[in-house]
Amino acid sequence: MENSFFVDSEKLSPAAREKKHRLENDPSFRTDHMEYMDGMEIIRSDICEKVMSQVRNYDYKQYTARDVLAALRHETCSVEDFKALLSPAAEPYLEQMAHRAKAETGKHFGNTVYLFTPLYIANYCENYCVYCGFNCYNDIRRMKLTMEQIDHEMKIIADSGMEEILILTGESRVKSSVEYIGEACKLARKYFRMVGLEIYPVNTDEYRYLHECGADYVTVFQETYDSDKYETLHLMGHKRVWPYRFDAQERALMGGMRGVAFSALLGLSDFRKDALASAMHVYYLQRKYPHAEMSLSCPRLRPIINNDKINPLDVHETQLCQVLCAYRIFLPFVGITVSSRESESFRNGIVKIAATKVSAGVSTGIGDHESKYTGKESDSAEGDEQFEINDDRSFDKMYRDMSQEGLQPVLNDYLYV
Amino acid sequence: MNDDKLILGGKAFSSRFILGSGKYSLSLIEAAVRDAGAEIITLAVRRANTKEHENILDYIPENITLLPNTSGARTAEEAVRIARLARELGCGDFVKVEIMRDSKYLLPDNNETVKATEILAKEGFVVLPYMYPDLYAARDLVNAGAAAVMPLASPIGSNKGLATKEFIQILIDEIDLPVIVDAGIGRPSQACEAMEMGAAAIMANTALATAGDLPLMAAAFKAAIEAGRKAYLAKPGRVLTRGASASDPLTGFLHN
Repeated sequence: MENSFFVDSEKLSPAAREKKHRLENDPSFRTDHMEYMDGMEIIRSDICEKVMSQVRNYDYKQYTARDVLAALRHETCSVEDFKALLSPAAEPYLEQMAHRAKAETGKHFGNTVYLFTPLYIANYCENYCVYCGFNCYNDIRRMKLTMEQIDHEMKIIADSGMEEILILTGESRVKSSVEYIGEACKLARKYFRMVGLEIYPVNTDEYRYLHECGADYVTVFQETYDSDKYETLHLMGHKRVWPYRFDAQERALMGGMRGVAFSALLGLSDFRKDALASAMHVYYLQRKYPHAEMSLSCPRLRPIINNDKINPLDVHETQLCQVLCAYRIFLPFVGITVSSRESESFRNGIVKIAATKVSAGVSTGIGDHESKYTGKESDSAEGDEQFEINDDRSFDKMYRDMSQEGLQPVLNDYLYV
Repeated sequence: MNDDKLILGGKAFSSRFILGSGKYSLSLIEAAVRDAGAEIITLAVRRANTKEHENILDYIPENITLLPNTSGARTAEEAVRIARLARELGCGDFVKVEIMRDSKYLLPDNNETVKATEILAKEGFVVLPYMYPDLYAARDLVNAGAAAVMPLASPIGSNKGLATKEFIQILIDEIDLPVIVDAGIGRPSQACEAMEMGAAAIMANTALATAGDLPLMAAAFKAAIEAGRKAYLAKPGRVLTRGASASDPLTGFLHN
């Protein structure tokens, strides 16, 4: 079973509808997704080749219970061990994996759990990514916050107690320029100790500028490392260029960012290969930039406005848990973030095993923190959401729940230097 | 024994257990002070850089000497900035310089550490540098004005004990500053061994934080460190590494 992603809005003009259908049905109508577009910086890097050669040769069906047990016995988890832990043969050993993962998490992070919240400041997008609620053909309320509105939203979030923020935009350089995002970062530094960005990939000098504006952590999801599959899902726009996106984290580090975060969107393609690629991406970049902080996320497909059928296919909670345990055993020093796409019960469980960071008080819409946080009817417009969240716990509730789970919530462990 | 004090920056301490900063909780600090007798507690400035919830500064009793550390610093310059910030936050003049350019093993960078130590010592800080146990670096730290050197016993948080034992012994033998063994000490027996070797103090955190019974483990560390110190002061008897020793001296004929 595949997801059916294509939805036609009645508001599309006949010309737009025709273009959309051609993009969907005629591969020759689409641009070359491996070809850089004008203005995209090309860096010299061997990371992509290293990662993809591991993924190309990964045949997870060849691993057996014996490989899995050997992997669990080894004190240091090798790449081969990691491949075994990601394989179907490891599924019966999930409980042992969880115990090992828990021990590794404890060694590196103690019993702490970091809390943060995302803030979407704009949902305009120039891309047609078929699974995303922000895609340019999806009929949603679009919005871009002014600096005054951003200030207002940040104040409400900061008043709730939150000290780390992740600023997000849709992927539109035209509507949400680098300067606009930079100004938002400067505002965020007033209210928060730590400012992260999850925006369209930019060039090294732009990452440097954003770092100087106060951002210090860059998240870019590759969505899928399978470039052929990627091509069929990202049909139009800058995001279509797979290699430019792949090198985003490296450009961010070259631009002076302290840390970078990675992920595939599990459910788009073969999740075991995508999980392997995500972890190898971290592994090789860490060897090249040993000072950098790295973290992994594990988003799964979620329903969006106008398509409530989208789901993560064969990546059930069991498989997600296996992936996260394998990540933790292979890369014990990296942060692992579990977003509000996952259920309350899953997040409560996984923070005790492998995750080190969870979001709280989440809205993936635009300009709606006041109504969501205070229940007050907003008198200004709001923009629609990127996807439906699952765990809608507030900051206070999450703080209490994590404490009750025996964990120590941490709001900041960071200095901008 | 009562006169046997640890002197750091002109201040005398009776306890030779220092609490590290890795894994913090209120119960850990309570146990470290009450049961392990800690008089110095490390705190990561970056963790104290918080607004209201659970600020660790609020946990620390008043009679305790704060030892802010510069964790998060990747260069000497960043460490200096963090140390100055600690002073502004009211953490006093003690600072533990920690500079890591490796997010995987968190090993200290000795070169950058020497540079930061020199700058901070000139600014009047009591500088306790965390280091990889290298004799040349230790000598440079002495010349840079450090108040002690803090070599690691094994990778931080690993509880693996004195993996660098031979090199720490060289520092103890050759460096005229207190040698405080930091990082990797996982059991009281390892702390005791380091103290017997002549270490001036032990810093630990994970060993306590991950123990099943925190207060009991804190008390065990206190006893082990005191035992090791007494043994060192008592000058241990010889230990034979191989074979036995003849009771008749070989050179006895010279006296016949």
